[in-house]
Order: sequence, then C-alpha cells, then structure tokens
Amino acid sequence: MTATLEVRDLQTHFFTRAGVVKAVDGVSFTVGRGKVLGLVGESGSGKSVTGFSIIGLVDAPGRVVGGQILYQGRNLAKISEEEMRQLRGNRIAMIFQDPMMTLNPVLRVDTQMIETVLAHEKVDRETARQRARDALGMVGIPSPDERLKSYPHQFSGGMRQRVAIAIALLHRPELIIADEPTTALDVTIQGQILAEVQKLAATTGTSLIWITHDLSVVAGLADDIAVMYAGRIVEEGEVSAVLDAPLHPYTVGLIGSVPSRNKRGEPLRQIPGMTPSLLKLPAGCAFRSRCARADEVCLQEPALFDLRPGQRARCFHPHLEEVAA
Amino acid sequence: MTVYLLRRLFQSLLVLVAMSVIVFVGVYAVGDPVEILISPDADQFERERAIRALGLDLPLWQQYLVFVKNALQGDLGRSFVFSEPALQLILQKMPATLELAFGAMFISILIGLPLGLYAGLKPDSPGAKVIMAGSILGFSLPTFWVGLMLIMVFAVQLGWLPSTGRGETLWGWSFLTANGLSHLLLPAINLALFKISLVIRLTRSGVRETMLMDYVKFARAKGLSPARVTYVHVFKNILIPVVTVVGLELGSTIAFSVVTESVFAWPGMGKLIIDSINVLDRPVIVAYLMIIVLMFIVINLIVDILYSVLDPRVRLEGQA
Repeated sequence: MTATLEVRDLQTHFFTRAGVVKAVDGVSFTVGRGKVLGLVGESGSGKSVTGFSIIGLVDAPGRVVGGQILYQGRNLAKISEEEMRQLRGNRIAMIFQDPMMTLNPVLRVDTQMIETVLAHEKVDRETARQRARDALGMVGIPSPDERLKSYPHQFSGGMRQRVAIAIALLHRPELIIADEPTTALDVTIQGQILAEVQKLAATTGTSLIWITHDLSVVAGLADDIAVMYAGRIVEEGEVSAVLDAPLHPYTVGLIGSVPSRNKRGEPLRQIPGMTPSLLKLPAGCAFRSRCARADEVCLQEPALFDLRPGQRARCFHPHLEEVAA
Repeated sequence: MTVYLLRRLFQSLLVLVAMSVIVFVGVYAVGDPVEILISPDADQFERERAIRALGLDLPLWQQYLVFVKNALQGDLGRSFVFSEPALQLILQKMPATLELAFGAMFISILIGLPLGLYAGLKPDSPGAKVIMAGSILGFSLPTFWVGLMLIMVFAVQLGWLPSTGRGETLWGWSFLTANGLSHLLLPAINLALFKISLVIRLTRSGVRETMLMDYVKFARAKGLSPARVTYVHVFKNILIPVVTVVGLELGSTIAFSVVTESVFAWPGMGKLIIDSINVLDRPVIVAYLMIIVLMFIVINLIVDILYSVLDPRVRLEGQA
C-alpha cells in the first residue's frame, strides 16, 4: 500500500509572549491511499493545528519548527509558499469547522467556486462554471445552476458545508483535511454529510484526514484512528481495534465519556481534571495528573509502544488485561 | 425597493419639517437683525417701515407660516443684505464648496485606502507604524493651523501653488481648468487631512479583523493567490464600513468646510454662511441650513443604497 501522506515527527510551536506553546510536539502518522484517518482529541489537543500544518496555514505566531510532511516525495514543511499554494485546494484540500464562516459573505457562490478552478487550471470561465455546477450536483445540492447565482447567506448551514465540500472536490484532490466539518450541524444533516463524504471518498479514491472530537463519527467513517492529547498522539491503530479495546487510559476515558454508553440513571462518566496548559507541560506523561493508573514510572516520558499488532499506545500501564472481558 | 423608497421619502419629509421649525426658532433666538441692518440714525418712522418691509413685525408663528408658504413655492426668502433670493445666493456658491469637498474625499480615499491596507496587512512593519503615527497627527492637528502651514510652505516659501481664490473657472467649476485645479489643490489637501486619517484607521482595522475570518483562511486553503485573497476577499468586505463612513463624512465635509474656506479665501457656501451669521441675515442662514439638511438626507439615502449593493445580506425591503 502506498501512502498518500506521511507525517514524521511534526512539531508546530506557537511563540507567544507568555512562552513557547508546543501545540504539536512530535506527531507521526501515515494516511494510505483512499483511506480515512480519524484524528481525535479534546479542544486544544493540537489536532486542528496538525491539519493546518499539513496545508501550510498555521497562523502567526505559530510555525512548523520540525519534522517532515512527506507528499509525493516532497517535504511540504520545506517547500516555498508558491509551491504550497499550487498544492492547496488542488492536490490537498481542506474543509473547515463552521460552514457559516467559511464562505465569503459578499461573494456569490459561483465566484467563489470559479476562482478556485481558475487558481489551478487555465480554462475559460464557462468550463470553470460547468465544473462548479457538476461539483455542486455531486454533493447533492438540488438545481445547482440556480444555486450558483446565490449568496452564501441564502443557504442553510448544511448546504453551505456541502458547498465547501464541493469546492474541496473541484480538483479531485488526493487528500482532504476535514477539520470537524460536521460539529456545527444538526445530527440529521451530520449523518447526510458523512454518508456523502464516505461515498465520494470511496468513488474518487481520495484520502481523508477527519479531525473530530466525536468518536461516533470516527467509528462510522474512519479506517484508522489517532488519538491526540496535549500535542502528541497517545494511541493509534485500526479503528475497530482501538474503539473496541482501547489501550491508553485517556482513550478509555474518552470512550467512557460518550453518554450513550452509560446506563440510564447512572451519573455520566467523565475524565477528571482538565487538559494541562501547553505552556508548562510537566515532565513525563502529560496525562499523568488525570490518570488513575499513574505512578512514579509515569514521571518518565513514555514512548509509543507496539502493544498489539497494529495498535500502539504511549503508556506504561495500558489496559491490556481488559481484552478478555 | 419602491416601498422602501416611499417610506424613506416620507421620513425625510418629517425630518425636513422638524428641522425647519428648529432652525427658524433657533435663528430667531440668536438676535435681532434690525439692530444691525438699520442705521442707528434712522428715526422711529423709518425703523418701523423697514421692519414691516422685512416682515419682522409679525409674531414668530406667522413669520414661520409665511416662510413655509413661500418655501413650498421654491422661495426661501430674500437676503436682507443682498436683496437677492437666498436660494440663488447659496446655489451660486455651491459649486465651489462641492468641488472642494469632493476633491478632499477623492484625495482621502486615494491616499487613505492604500495606506490603510498596507498598515493592516503588515501591522508590525516600520512603515505601518509610521503611517499610524501620521494618522494620529492628521486627527489631532487643527485644520486652520495646517492650512496656514500649507500656505506658508507651498505658496509662500516654495511658491508652487496659489494660496487664495478659485483661479480660472469653466462653467463655474475650478477643477476643469489647470489654473483652477492648482488653486483647488491646497485647500482640498487641507480639508482631506482629517479624512485621510479616518480612512486609514477604518481600513486598517477592517483588514485586521477580516484577515482573521475563516473565509479568508478558506480562500487561502483553496490555493488562491495572495493578491486575489487581499483584493477580492478582504477588500470587498472592508469596503462596506469605509463606504458608510466616507459617505456620511461627505455631508459634514460640505457642511463644515467653513474653516478651510476661510483660511484659503475660497468663495464657497461656508464663507457665505459665516458672513451671513455675522450680519444676522436670517433668510440666508435658514435657507443654508435647510439645504444642508436636504443634502444629508440625500447622502444617507445614497449610502444605504450603496450599502445594499456592496453587502448582499442587506436588502432594502419592507421589514424593519
């Protein structure tokens, strides 16, 4: 299996006045061709920054300071801004979290789509318009010809996200980075969009990095999963393996926090404490202060251990014994 | 749109009526023109004759009704001083003020917009800091002093530009002749200084705000060139507040170009109104204020319409 994208030891730091925030600190993963990787974590775990690092859009004062982002043998962390621009929206596309904010309110949908076509291909406007219309049709927007002439505020949130997905699909990219694209939507719309994306990824062979905090989304969509905590991947593996038998106490807690898994009437389960400040991360395991299993060993920095075939976790006390249960 | 316009017209009418009462009463309260207009040597009989001729013997409410009756026929009264229709006096001076105000607006946009854009896109660069410091000067230096400095440097010491008057005019406009244009330049710059600062600050804050929006990031994620992101996606959004403020400022520029017109002896409406206030030439003052009110109403309407053109989310329809 050839990989579409390989990220090696990525480090993205924010140089703020209060100090250096290591938002992403040594993240590695591989996205296979046509595969969906679910990147899961709480707010502030560095999952979105990882996505923006890949596409080269980390806002100041942030910067990719180390590691490699390998795409077709090229390290995206090192290429020029113009080379990166040619890849963006073309070979690597991105979908954002809030569909109400991603489309420019004062430009018509056709303007925003056609400019995307023209940014990467020399075609006449009419061809570009056709492409835009076809893309709208592909994501299930009825009467695309009319909708092209509309402004974003004339669409509902779900429709706007479909437009954003259509824009991402215009150049049939090899990789789409989706940054919580269904979080801001109704559950029913979320389901529709997920089904749509799954279908499109399967038919076009596009790889996906699906950034989310919602494990149920990942369960239905992703092939592989990487759980992030405090700028690091704490557990990774095949989706079914990780969700059925999580190894890292954090993953266990995360899965336990999904309300539907609790029995009715029981208090909802939660992970005690809060995500540590990335400004002064304690030495050793970052999850130590919230972990029931932590002891002196955890003062050391754990590596990602190969604990089961195809499943790795960054923990000295993994939940290996639960397998039997 | 038609409903909207009709309602706006009706509102404007109410504003006009209210303003006419306020202006009329206000000017009446300022002072008695008889004391200034009639020579102190005049005897009782002459005085009364003059007062009756000017219509000042009637009670205030009757004077007002007479004014309204005449105004409805397009007659805003005769100047006490020039014995000419007040409206005609003002309209004669209007082109001078209009070209001064529009010239100033033009300059402020031409200079303010690019500088503001630069300061917004590169907020930490030394250039941006110089621009912002300069804009504080533009805000805080008094207009009359800057006007005098401009005259001293460019007219007196360098001798590049004339300092007073309108120069040659063509069909009543100075900007149509080279000589007139050279006369227009200094007062227009003087009047523009404050607006340049305003446009710079508005543009800069607009750019900085817009750059953080998701749609700008998304535009970059689409692989658009930086120029397209800046000049289409960012620019079109910052135009909305800039157009609003510049439009509203145009009204006040026309209305209050008094200082600049005085400093540069520019024979516009501002100078006329100052002279009229000095001699309590009531009809001219009232007519001037009514025209200014009318102008504000028209400008606001144009701004609203422009706004709806620039921002598709604003529709000038029935509700609200």
